[in-house]
Amino acid sequence: MRVMIIGCGRVGSALANRLDEVGHQVVVLDRNQQAFRRLSEKFSGERIVGNGLVEEFVRPTLQEKTDILFAMTDKDNVNLMIAQRVKQIFRLQTVIAVVHDSILSGLYKELGVETVCPTDLVIKDLLQTIQVG
Amino acid sequence: MGEVMYIIIIGAGKVGYHLGKLLMADGHEVMLIEKDRAKVTLLAFEFHDAIMEGDGSTVEVLKEAGANRADVVVATTGNDEDNLVTCQVVKLMFLRPRTIARVNNPRNEELFTGLGVDASVSGTKLINAIIQEQVKAGDMMIPLLTLKAGDIEIVEVELTRSSHIVKKKIKDLTLPPGSIFIAVIRGDEVIIPHGETEFQPEDKVLALVKRESESALRKML
Repeated sequence: MRVMIIGCGRVGSALANRLDEVGHQVVVLDRNQQAFRRLSEKFSGERIVGNGLVEEFVRPTLQEKTDILFAMTDKDNVNLMIAQRVKQIFRLQTVIAVVHDSILSGLYKELGVETVCPTDLVIKDLLQTIQVG
Repeated sequence: MGEVMYIIIIGAGKVGYHLGKLLMADGHEVMLIEKDRAKVTLLAFEFHDAIMEGDGSTVEVLKEAGANRADVVVATTGNDEDNLVTCQVVKLMFLRPRTIARVNNPRNEELFTGLGVDASVSGTKLINAIIQEQVKAGDMMIPLLTLKAGDIEIVEVELTRSSHIVKKKIKDLTLPPGSIFIAVIRGDEVIIPHGETEFQPEDKVLALVKRESESALRKML
């Protein structure tokens, strides 16, 4: 698969490393060059320094067929705007926005924006741990 | 004056601040929401209970501000993503208010109208349009934009040699209540006016004005 990841933070970089490892074609974009230090030495994908909200930076990648885009910067609102924008401009099968605010995440699901909420996931995990313990 | 409205403004920057003051002067109920605590503290002397600290794009803060009874929510921050999410959250959660977003990057305007924003105002586009538009002779004062939220207009006046305010500084002028200068266009340059700004002939002056003060402003210029 061809995957674009916007935001090379802890989670974004780990996801990029994993997908690259198992043979997917990965493009990572971050505003900060330093963020790419989180990628493993073996990472063979593409790195782009730029702003995910600005079309010029995502167009070269997305004008080619891309299967999945992950918007996972540290700002919920940025991720939500990126997700809605790229869907309007490019043909993408799947766009996923990472949204830390649980209420916001639920709301945008209703709007048809696919979201993943780390807060919800951690809570779910914690509750399971308690029950098991 | 028209019917009194409850208007929530997100962002107490220049746009949010002046809009809030104008709407309050017009008798409307206003709530200004600002993320930056220092700014809130500073403005509390002017806005009292009409300002609160918080992230205006979150449901909790909007609820606390009483968005369910608001007539209009205006998102005026310098971040388009925050303005978009604010308007979308309002549309989904509170149903009642009309939403207006400031668009900082004109290229986002189309996206905004397709996605739950009732009206968008782009300062950049507005000023570009004015520079491009050749001023028609005859009417001196051209209404550029009517903000439906209140009876407020943005007007443009081209100064002549005989204008009363030429060679005067803004700080020495007494503006009619409910009016404020927002930009001075001199040649190709756009000047954000302040107290020391001195008017020159052929300046194009942009002002935000309540409709009932329009004629007073016209007389003054």
